[in-house]
Amino acid sequence: MKTPTPVRPDWITKTFAGAVLGLGLSYALVALFAWYGPGGIDAPNKVQFNMWAIAPLWLLFFSLVYLFATGWRALMWYGWANVLLWSFFLACHPAAKGA
Amino acid sequence: MQSDILRIYRSLHTWTGVIAGLALFIAFYAGALTMFKPTLDRWASPADTTVPTVEADRLPGLVRSVLAQHPEAGREFMLHLNPAENRPASLSWEVRHAAPGTEEHHHGGPAQRMLAGLDADDTLVVQSSRPSPMAELIDRLHQTAGIPGGDGHDLVGGYVMGVVSIFYVLALVSGLIIFLPVIARELFALRLGKSVKRFWRDAHSLIGITALPFHLVIGLTAIVFSLHDFFYAGLQQTVYGDKPLFSFSRPGPGGEARDPREMLPPQQLVENLAESAPEFRVTEMKYQNIFSEHARVWVMGEADGHMMRGGDFGFAILDPYSGAMISSDYLPGHQEGWVAAVTVFFGLHFGNFGGMTVQWVYFLLGIGGAFLFYSGNLLWIENRRRKEHTGTAFLANATVGVSWGSVAGVAAAMVVGKWLHGYVEDSAMLYLWTYYSVFLSAVAWSFYTGAARALPKLLWLCAVTVWAIPLTGLLAWLFPSLPAWVHLHPETLAVEFTALVIGTLFAVAAFGREGTLKRVKATRPI
Repeated sequence: MKTPTPVRPDWITKTFAGAVLGLGLSYALVALFAWYGPGGIDAPNKVQFNMWAIAPLWLLFFSLVYLFATGWRALMWYGWANVLLWSFFLACHPAAKGA
Repeated sequence: MQSDILRIYRSLHTWTGVIAGLALFIAFYAGALTMFKPTLDRWASPADTTVPTVEADRLPGLVRSVLAQHPEAGREFMLHLNPAENRPASLSWEVRHAAPGTEEHHHGGPAQRMLAGLDADDTLVVQSSRPSPMAELIDRLHQTAGIPGGDGHDLVGGYVMGVVSIFYVLALVSGLIIFLPVIARELFALRLGKSVKRFWRDAHSLIGITALPFHLVIGLTAIVFSLHDFFYAGLQQTVYGDKPLFSFSRPGPGGEARDPREMLPPQQLVENLAESAPEFRVTEMKYQNIFSEHARVWVMGEADGHMMRGGDFGFAILDPYSGAMISSDYLPGHQEGWVAAVTVFFGLHFGNFGGMTVQWVYFLLGIGGAFLFYSGNLLWIENRRRKEHTGTAFLANATVGVSWGSVAGVAAAMVVGKWLHGYVEDSAMLYLWTYYSVFLSAVAWSFYTGAARALPKLLWLCAVTVWAIPLTGLLAWLFPSLPAWVHLHPETLAVEFTALVIGTLFAVAAFGREGTLKRVKATRPI
């Protein structure tokens, strides 16, 4: 029977992943929501809601980052998620801007 | 749950809690007071106004007289429809000493307020006054935990509290995670007999878990309140790019000059608004730039059962000449779309959606929060004091000195503000000097004698300073010639009464603490 991998603290790498990459992730989600979510980018006053959405998402990623088995895994998961979401956003973005 | 995960989150909970705990204690207890900011503002406002107030039908005449003799008031003035101790005239405007062009968000600064009214034969009466900065300073203590630096919108302590709030939310989530495995067994187990430490831990968990939704809301909104400038800047950089975040219609210079005699009477604006928003009770109207094309009037008030954008008010913006609605974005109950959602976040932080009941619930939750952080620090100290001395003693001294020093500091400032009113030009400085003197002395005393000996003394200090509030009221009532004053209104007398109760609770705690101290003969650090 396979025992679960012991979870290592890895404080520095996990905290970096949560604080920096977690913030990047929350901005990426807000970016997609801002442009392609309900109302689009020009909906009146939506910018306030977008700004408010950053902190809860960020703190969700930040507070759960310590569940990763190692700091390296946390960096990889959050890092690749950032790359994926931001490249998706940038790929869609110029078209939306021109419209 | 795996024990290694629990161990990690227990460390996270401990350290984020220890780092953030003391600042949060101050923020919570001052925040609890801020639930009654309007009442405290009335309580602290001197009773030295002699300007007659006018009825609604004479307001147009008052506005005309003021603008004829003091045209500078046309930049911005307020009409107060329900005059009270803290807004004792029907019309007021502020004289600012800041250089033109600089944006001045004075928080309790030495601004001068001009009060205006009409006497029986319609002659203009103007008196200059200094509004009490006390309620605003308590609010600032709430926002900054008393960390000085910066001013107005740009408070150093505010940014520090933004970071503290991040630690706070991490402490909340980690606290929940470590408590999950035992939640069914231990939630309502308040074991009094077993040991003091057990009791503190049970009480800490009980309050933390039952008030968790409140704390998550407060923590997350506090992060946004403190750090929104950075979040907006980030949005501009990464998300919005060339698109402006806000579409301000900047009032250009010049424009057609307008004659304020053509403005609609205030009462008519209120009545027009009442047709579309009958539940909205107007309390104040702020007129801006009335000689210009961009004349605006902010009609401010409250509506029961609705979330409000301001701490205790919502508002609509109208054109004072045509009465046309310029913005109902922040009119309670009439908000639409995204702004309605955002107002929910504000309302949940301010607790302004359910009248007095919710105010008291928030007050108690705030005091409960302060207890949560205090007990959390005590638990850390209890767990470590046999293993390690220096750090434990440091945190014990800091916890006792900072917590009770800040409580006694606010009470002392409230009292001194009443006794020395009129003797000191700048009452904001008086409040600040009193607060920081008491606070820093308490911290110094705690480090000098050690937390165990300082604790009962500081609890007594809290009891005495808080008791001094009703005592001041009593003396001011008995001897009206004293510089202190008391307003004999049920709402402000509630301040004296509440202080009497809280002071007594401190005395009971101090008495109990002294008994404990005698029994253990100070062989323990706390």
